[in-house]
Amino acid sequence: MATSAMSIPPSANSGRKGEGPTFSDVLRATLAKDLRLEWRSKEAINSMLFFALLVVVIFSFAFDLTAEESRRIAGGLMWVALLFAAVVALNQTWARELRNQALDAYRISPAPPEALFLAKTIGNFIFVILLEALMAPLFVIFYNLRSVGPPYQLALAFVLGTWALVSNGTFFAAMSIRTRSREVMLPLLLFPISIPALLAMVSATSTVLTGEGDAHLSLVFLAVYDVVFTIVGLFLFETVLHAE
Amino acid sequence: MSTGENSQPPSAPILVLKEVTKLFGRFAALRAISAEFTPGRLYVVLGDNGAGKSTLLRAIAGLARPTRGDVQVLGSAKIHEVTARIGYMAHAPLLYDEMDAMENLRYAARLYGISDPARCEQVVRMVGLDPTLARRVGQYSQGMRQRLSLARAVLNDPELLLLDEPFSNVDIVSAREMVRLLGQMRDTGKTILVVTHQPILLEGVADESVVMSAGQIVARERGVSSAYRHDAAEVR
Amino acid sequence: MKSFVIFALITLALLTFGLYQALVAAPTEATMGDVQRIFYYHLPSAIIAFLCFFANFGASVYYLAKRCPKSDAVAVATAEVGIVFCTVVLITGPLWARPVWGIWWTWDARLTSTLVLWLIYVSYLLLRRYSAAGQNPVLCAVLAIFGAVDVVFVYMSIRWFRTQHPAPVFGGGENSGIDPRMAHAVYWNLLAFSAMALLVIWLRYRLERLRQQVDEAHATRAIAGGSR
Repeated sequence: MATSAMSIPPSANSGRKGEGPTFSDVLRATLAKDLRLEWRSKEAINSMLFFALLVVVIFSFAFDLTAEESRRIAGGLMWVALLFAAVVALNQTWARELRNQALDAYRISPAPPEALFLAKTIGNFIFVILLEALMAPLFVIFYNLRSVGPPYQLALAFVLGTWALVSNGTFFAAMSIRTRSREVMLPLLLFPISIPALLAMVSATSTVLTGEGDAHLSLVFLAVYDVVFTIVGLFLFETVLHAE
Repeated sequence: MSTGENSQPPSAPILVLKEVTKLFGRFAALRAISAEFTPGRLYVVLGDNGAGKSTLLRAIAGLARPTRGDVQVLGSAKIHEVTARIGYMAHAPLLYDEMDAMENLRYAARLYGISDPARCEQVVRMVGLDPTLARRVGQYSQGMRQRLSLARAVLNDPELLLLDEPFSNVDIVSAREMVRLLGQMRDTGKTILVVTHQPILLEGVADESVVMSAGQIVARERGVSSAYRHDAAEVR
Repeated sequence: MKSFVIFALITLALLTFGLYQALVAAPTEATMGDVQRIFYYHLPSAIIAFLCFFANFGASVYYLAKRCPKSDAVAVATAEVGIVFCTVVLITGPLWARPVWGIWWTWDARLTSTLVLWLIYVSYLLLRRYSAAGQNPVLCAVLAIFGAVDVVFVYMSIRWFRTQHPAPVFGGGENSGIDPRMAHAVYWNLLAFSAMALLVIWLRYRLERLRQQVDEAHATRAIAGGSR
């Protein structure tokens, strides 16, 4: 029997004791919750994976490339596939919150909204990095790639570039769930803002893959972009969460 | 169990509404509502659909910022400061379907900074659910879901509890149990506002009825039964 | 009203004079011919588009800080006028480039920044349209801030990462040795276009304020009378 009578226990302990929630605690709890939910439902991962795969295959039919050409545009292709896949993931992770009005729960709790934003961004970051880890071998195989430049720069480009996409994406997803035609709003808002990061990412990736030139500038640029936009996002997230 | 007159000395109102207006575009859901609510009472909020009951609760909870006027809760004009002392339950359960009861509550506890590990279990038992149940919330019956939603609302031991249609689609046994629990909580000094279309459930437990119509409070009366009138007659 | 009419007349006069300057007074460019005269519209439009954008940014920041409906009206007005001028830039650019350099478009820093600016304007206006009445101004103001920060990055990123497409050198038209009569044409048209921009922004601002006031009136009526 799952339910029984309700009553207040004689020595009702007040849950109010103790200070309010700490930033790091909310961050860890929300991140853990998101990862657990995703692990159980696998909604975002599955849709992302499928979509990315689709894009890769379609591109390979759309373009008939020589080995040299492949090496030069592989960077751009990968990031396009990632961009679309990331949008899918972002829509999914926020849709889950909307389903049971869980956003209201955040809004009425004393938890700092910036912790929520950071937790969601990190969660999405993990999903997209996972996707990259799965897709990268595919790209290497399909386009016969091999890294001419230092591979650590490639890894750095991926990390910084993914963060750029995901932090802005999480923020704009939060904004667009409050609008009509929500799924369209997100890419509409995200793409223009992401263009500089995209350029830098592609430049860095291509530079390292072809071994021509130095990716140093692109990486620094990406790092600055990441820092600036993450700060702006943190600063403005509370405004967006409570806008109604 | 009739409550009759509140025998405590009069205390400062726990909730003060001053000319509170909420507009959605051109539609006025709340129209210049002014009211005070005394602590330690159970209020039942009645009225037709569209009268503004849910909006009123949301405005008090801090989910709907008033277009005009202000809401003072627990002595503070900034609801975000006292939000840890307010509990809110709506028709949407504010829970995650893919997690079980304890996981949901443990997460909510961390959002409120509740450090006592036994609190979640205590609250689950309080609403009559089994804390060891590993079933996911998505597979709960409506009655169980509402119970858990109530548990989440009282997790932080709020002084002010706002419940929006807690009994809808709930079996009569669960509903009666919830009412009994609410009465007990009121007896320990909590202030409770309940929006419902089934006021008869609260008969004998509610201290006061607040009747709303077209965005305004049109009547306030003692108890439940005689106060529920659709057509607005007297305004206090 | 009267000051508006006077200002409108002045603007008209400036525009006419600017037209004369651009089409008659300025000498024909040595290498490009008469087509180069588009430049007298292209450059001022570009300057004004960016100025409107920064005005929008300023109004948005002020709105978030003070929640003042006037600043929201300014934000909308400058966004709508800005996108028009931005569109002019994007049309006159290729119109000029094609006969002169044989290409419609190039991904150099200036043109691409303008295109991105245009995209940001569009997303701003779409957000305006598609978000619910209450949150509209707040969300748009937030987007404007992101957009403004982004434009800076866009310009830098294209300068540094688009090595295939260096900016076309605008011959004698912009760099050293510009003919003073050409400079005059640019300045007069800049002045005329600025006047026109201000005029239209003013109009749009008034319109938006009126709309806000109508909403207020409706709201007051709804609160008092209970009409739905």
